[in-house]
Amino acid sequence: MSSLIIGEVKMKFLRLLCIGLASVSFSLSAYAEDLRVGLKSEPSSIDPHYHNLGPNNGFSKHIFGALVGSDENQQHFPDLAVSWKPIDDTTWEFKLRQGVKWHDGSSFTADDVLFTVERAQNVPNSPSSFVTYLKGKTFSKVDDHTVHVKTAAPYPLMPNDLTTVKIISAKAGKDASTEDYNSGKATIGTGPYKFVEWVPGDRIVLTRNDSYYGKKAVFDNVIMKPIKSGPARISALLAGDVDFIDNVPPLDVARLKQDDKLQLSSGPSNRVIYLHMDQFREASPHVQAKDGGAIKNPLMDVRVRKAISHAINRDAIVARVMEGVAVKAGQLLPAGFHGVSEKMTPDAYDPDAAKKLMADAGYGDGFKMTVHGPNDRYINDAKIAEALAQMLTRVGIDASVETMPKSVYFKRASRGGPDKSPEFSFMVLGWGAGSGEASSPLKALLHTYDKSKGLGAANRGRHSDAAVDALIKKALATVDADARGKLLAEATEKAVGENYGVIPLHYQVNTWAAKSGYKYLPRTDEYTVVMGLSKD
Amino acid sequence: MTAFILRRSLQSLIVLFVMSLLVFGGVNMVGDPVDMLISPEADQMEIDRVIRDLGLDRPVTEQYWYFLVNAFKGELGRSFIFGEPALKLIIQRMPATMELALFSLLLAVVFGIPLGVYAGLKPEGKLSRTIMAGSILGFSMPTFWVGILLIMFFSVNLGWFPSTGRGETATYFGMTSSIFTADGLSHLFLPAFNLALFKLSSVIRLARAGTREVILQDYIKFARAKGVQESRVIRVHLLKNIMIPIVTVIGLEFGSLIAFSTVTETVFAWPGMGKLIIDSIYNLDRPIIVAYLMIIVLIFVTLNLVVDILYSFLDPRVRIKGAK
Repeated sequence: MSSLIIGEVKMKFLRLLCIGLASVSFSLSAYAEDLRVGLKSEPSSIDPHYHNLGPNNGFSKHIFGALVGSDENQQHFPDLAVSWKPIDDTTWEFKLRQGVKWHDGSSFTADDVLFTVERAQNVPNSPSSFVTYLKGKTFSKVDDHTVHVKTAAPYPLMPNDLTTVKIISAKAGKDASTEDYNSGKATIGTGPYKFVEWVPGDRIVLTRNDSYYGKKAVFDNVIMKPIKSGPARISALLAGDVDFIDNVPPLDVARLKQDDKLQLSSGPSNRVIYLHMDQFREASPHVQAKDGGAIKNPLMDVRVRKAISHAINRDAIVARVMEGVAVKAGQLLPAGFHGVSEKMTPDAYDPDAAKKLMADAGYGDGFKMTVHGPNDRYINDAKIAEALAQMLTRVGIDASVETMPKSVYFKRASRGGPDKSPEFSFMVLGWGAGSGEASSPLKALLHTYDKSKGLGAANRGRHSDAAVDALIKKALATVDADARGKLLAEATEKAVGENYGVIPLHYQVNTWAAKSGYKYLPRTDEYTVVMGLSKD
Repeated sequence: MTAFILRRSLQSLIVLFVMSLLVFGGVNMVGDPVDMLISPEADQMEIDRVIRDLGLDRPVTEQYWYFLVNAFKGELGRSFIFGEPALKLIIQRMPATMELALFSLLLAVVFGIPLGVYAGLKPEGKLSRTIMAGSILGFSMPTFWVGILLIMFFSVNLGWFPSTGRGETATYFGMTSSIFTADGLSHLFLPAFNLALFKLSSVIRLARAGTREVILQDYIKFARAKGVQESRVIRVHLLKNIMIPIVTVIGLEFGSLIAFSTVTETVFAWPGMGKLIIDSIYNLDRPIIVAYLMIIVLIFVTLNLVVDILYSFLDPRVRIKGAK
């Protein structure tokens, strides 16, 4: 009898011990494998096809895959397609990965791809859709794991375009609305993380997908918190309320580097900050003679544009304005991207040469001009405009500065003038090459403005050179990657190097910070993707 | 009383209408939302589609007419950015802002009135001078800076409170709020204190000024002469008489706590309406801006009415016209 009681007590004790140990080990693992992220910008939706916007496209990588993957340097790798090649001039063949399971357990096939292509172009109320990447392409299923894509003309950027479109499940996505993705009902992907919940403005919760076909996720759970204010994001990291943040303000980079509890990673982005100059109006609205009288627009003279480039001290902008967190630019994309020129270097700071060029062009006495720029769009954008104005004044151009919020700026910069022409004469802008190739900025910024063809869509200086147009056109139809790269480099050398169609200033550098022990691979596309975070 | 409330409600409707006209006209004059929404790589066809989808190709007067018609149906438009009804998005975030505003109002009243009355009763005391100097600081320090300072000191250095976001929520009496959990309260304290600081200072100053004035009145002298206990003199004779200006200010300030908690919500990443409105203004999400301002006007109008009714309870001399 007594031995029985003792046995019972012992059993109870053992059981308690077991529970205690289990809970300790549970809490330890929960602590070690969870990740809390502080994001500057929250996605506007969980629906991967609702809004073609940086934060959305970066976020959807966690849950969804694309046919072609895009790594931290925007280089392609096989994702849901294992291989792709052009089989004739106008057809690309994609071989799909076998054995991929959706988060709900069903299998991934070509039908899902066809469903995706259809839906991505028809999302109701989409404020910016993926039509841009899908139109003019006819998808057809050859077998369950082969898809053909036909275009009217040879189309080399097929893989680039298809990195952007996330593949959704035909089964879960049938008749699903954007709200169904936001609530999680239809949010079934193939990616390394599964969706748990989204409380707008508060948090997004993800959990590991154990049946992911690629490299398994490091963290059991990921909690993303939007913290818009820079100082607040940094203090949340310092206080240990989050483990990882993006968009560290340049001002804080140097100080945080000293902190051995933190690990910073920085890398140049695909975004170049550059100047657009009015090259289409004889009388430019924001350029006058020094006495305020009207003059012939000096910015139309390539010598004046070249003089301006030499008047700019890019080293000073990088060191002082950007706190060293930027890379000076001599073309449209940093080295390493497809289609950049190997010959071009940033113009040297040479005010004497600038003054001489101005005199040669007949503007030895200088002129008056307003520099326009946004004040909440790019890193330190308003300060850049101010620094530029000072540098220009030193070579005889009396420059004044006007900056404004992006909500007002872009409308006026694109079509604030008469007949919806660009309003400003000289403006600070930025361009990120979403496709990861020099064709993107060349096509948008330097090709002759052609509304009907969608070329030169962001050409706010209306630079126009038939030779450049011809090179771009040829490149856009050349499927062979090396030959296209050479043509793009040649177009850049002509449009930027010779014509000074735009003047590049610097490439933005983005900085992420994590608590020590973690290391983030900086991405050129500026996305914050947890898969890029590894433990040391 | 009923006639009074009816008349005030009618006036409120007119205010709402005029406000909607001003707000709608105002937001439509600034910038172009399409530039904020669309990918820079989109071509003209896609831009045109978005303009059409958002109804921005129609004249402003027509857009306003649609807005009015929908408003009568209880819909205040659809967010350009989130694609969901603006009213739903705002209501979703209202509890977070309400609990923040209420909690900071509570802090302001619970600490402000006793401190103010004390400073009024002993105006020459060292402690009173310290309180008054402190209230000047509370008035003049910018909320953003104080918020960051609070985070640096209490979260980063001492680690007492979390620095960011809203804590766990729980549901009691049909209300889901973070004030019901310990985690929620610890998240709430710093932002509420940050938000309360300004109100706390104004309550202190009002209570002190009121006390200084009332304490010299004959009825206080009479009560004291009669031998009424000092604590009762303060509680009944003094407090009741200084409450009128304080209630007015608290009532109106509560509205501004809700409407202008934007800075605090941004610093503490508090998922409330203030953060939504500030993001919407930056991104020109017009339907949310308009819907938000309409709701705020409604809150102010209602609070004013409540304050007027409260007066009549606090001061028997105030009679609401039309009430018989």
